[in-house]
Amino acid sequence: MQWYILRRVGQSLVTLFIATIVVFVGVRALPGDAATALSAETSNPKVLQAIRQEYGLDQPVPVQYVRWLGHAIQGDLGQSPKTGISVSQTLAERLPVTLELAGLALIIALAIGLPIGILAAVRRGSVADYVASTTALVGLSVPHFWLGILFILGFAVSLQWLPASGFVPLTDPLGNLSHMAMPAVVLGIGLAAVVMRQMRSAMLESLGADFVRTARAKGMSERVVVGIHVLRNSLITVVTVVGLQLGTLISGAVITEQIFIIPGIGKLTIDSVFSRDYPSLQGVVLITATGYIVANLLVDIAYSLLNPRIRVSGGAA
Amino acid sequence: MARLEVEDLHVRFDTDEGQTLAVNGVSFSVEPGEVLALVGESGCGKSMTAMATMGLLPPAASRSGSIRLEGREISGLSGREMRRILGREISMIFQEPMTSLNPVFTVGYQIGEVLRRHEGLSRKKARLRAIELLDLVRIPAADRRVDEYPHQMSGGMRQRVMIAMAVACNPKVLLADEPTTALDVTIQAQILDIVRDLQHQLDTSVVMITHDLGVVADIADRVVVMYAGHVVETGAVDELFASTQHPYTLGLLGSVPRPDLVLADVQGRLAEIPGMVPTLHEPPTECVFAPRCPRVSDDCRTEMPRLAETAPGQWAACVHPGVARAHPTEVVLP
Repeated sequence: MQWYILRRVGQSLVTLFIATIVVFVGVRALPGDAATALSAETSNPKVLQAIRQEYGLDQPVPVQYVRWLGHAIQGDLGQSPKTGISVSQTLAERLPVTLELAGLALIIALAIGLPIGILAAVRRGSVADYVASTTALVGLSVPHFWLGILFILGFAVSLQWLPASGFVPLTDPLGNLSHMAMPAVVLGIGLAAVVMRQMRSAMLESLGADFVRTARAKGMSERVVVGIHVLRNSLITVVTVVGLQLGTLISGAVITEQIFIIPGIGKLTIDSVFSRDYPSLQGVVLITATGYIVANLLVDIAYSLLNPRIRVSGGAA
Repeated sequence: MARLEVEDLHVRFDTDEGQTLAVNGVSFSVEPGEVLALVGESGCGKSMTAMATMGLLPPAASRSGSIRLEGREISGLSGREMRRILGREISMIFQEPMTSLNPVFTVGYQIGEVLRRHEGLSRKKARLRAIELLDLVRIPAADRRVDEYPHQMSGGMRQRVMIAMAVACNPKVLLADEPTTALDVTIQAQILDIVRDLQHQLDTSVVMITHDLGVVADIADRVVVMYAGHVVETGAVDELFASTQHPYTLGLLGSVPRPDLVLADVQGRLAEIPGMVPTLHEPPTECVFAPRCPRVSDDCRTEMPRLAETAPGQWAACVHPGVARAHPTEVVLP
């Protein structure tokens, strides 16, 4: 087991290294000249030259990369030319906000998706199953931005239950939650639909398995048969799918944060693209990529805990 | 008193093509310490008989008839009451050892689960008892293998685990649904040995469901031959094999490769029964075997014949019972 985790961590580091190259080259492949953007669109070659020298933009890309990576490893992602604040500091402020949003969205998705998925599978073909499956389809089809606007109109403008936008830090938990509630639901609802559908089909598959018949022949109660034997097997598939979907939470956060004006890394991404703040953009994309990789690593570890067949073959290798 | 008595058991399925009659008036009983073989082709209703006895039929199936465990009627019990009996007084092993165990729990957990459920053992005690049970079904290094997962074991080992699980609470009746079919021949013999030994040690009554007459000869005391959901012949195994009355049983015997028997077919090929087991949608108006029977006559077309005693303890449902062989597909003993 330890070997398996170590090996997966090693693989993740390699992936992360490749990701840094893609991030760095990708940002530089964007149309437009960073120096021009930084100089407030001047065409004075002397000014441009000075800017290029200051930010090392006159060096070959590989040299720039190695220098950036050297600093990045030490936690220094450079400085935003627009604000003068270090990128690491901005990320340290913004990342927890997005993590909170994504975390809440994930909790909402699981809290809605898992029980309804289980219910729909156990009561297959019933009215409950039909309603749940149809609602899930709607939940999957509704775009974030539209749902967000609808929520703001409904809960903030008409009912005035919740603030329409903005963010309050966690030091004021109630205020924080009231601001986060709508965005978290908007972000989580699509994932809830995915979780529900996956859970339903995984449960149905496991319910028909031979080991379920064995458990019933042992006289196990329906609660144990469904809640232990079937659920444990179904979770293997669901964890994988949910893990792969964690990425959509991050991309969904970009839009959701924009709608609800939440200062997370999603909003930072859009802001840095519009202001051509390349160091910030690099930092944000790097942190997003790291998020993906860590999420995948966690999924693999969770998967191996749930599925002994993976654990043992991984441990022996 | 008989351990298990099944009387006039019917199982019907609701399908898109209407009702299917899977089991039609099957009756049999098993005495303490006896091995009863339920024999027939695929689709004859033998597995359904077992599942109906356990009360584990799929939702589309319905059941009628009487099932008595040591004289106590269990066919009318609620699911909750039935679950107190299953795994404790009556248990079952299945044809598919590869898939019948839950892949995500250790075999020790799965055996222990029965003991915790029915005997209220603690997790720790259940594990220790599971090791004893693995030892009982002759799994080497039981104290190590108890913590293994099913995928770390071969099919034969898994079937032993299934047996250990089934006998954990010393059941009165063990239903074994083709327990050796998925295993290779040497393993089959070992599994049968284990079942036979346990049956002696624990005084369990065994209902062995099989299509393999070799298994029947090896382990059974009495035989019930089923065809299209009906019992067509029953009797003690030696007598039934020596003086087979029903042409279907004869056909089954003729289809077993046995070097010590001279087959009637002049080319020396195995005899076969032409045609397939019919699927019944309504009660038969003629002998269910008539379409495939070499002895068929007009008398067979009037109704499904009832079981009649052809010799003491031996019964056949046939208009033309008897050992006489009138057709080349039947077996000629040397």
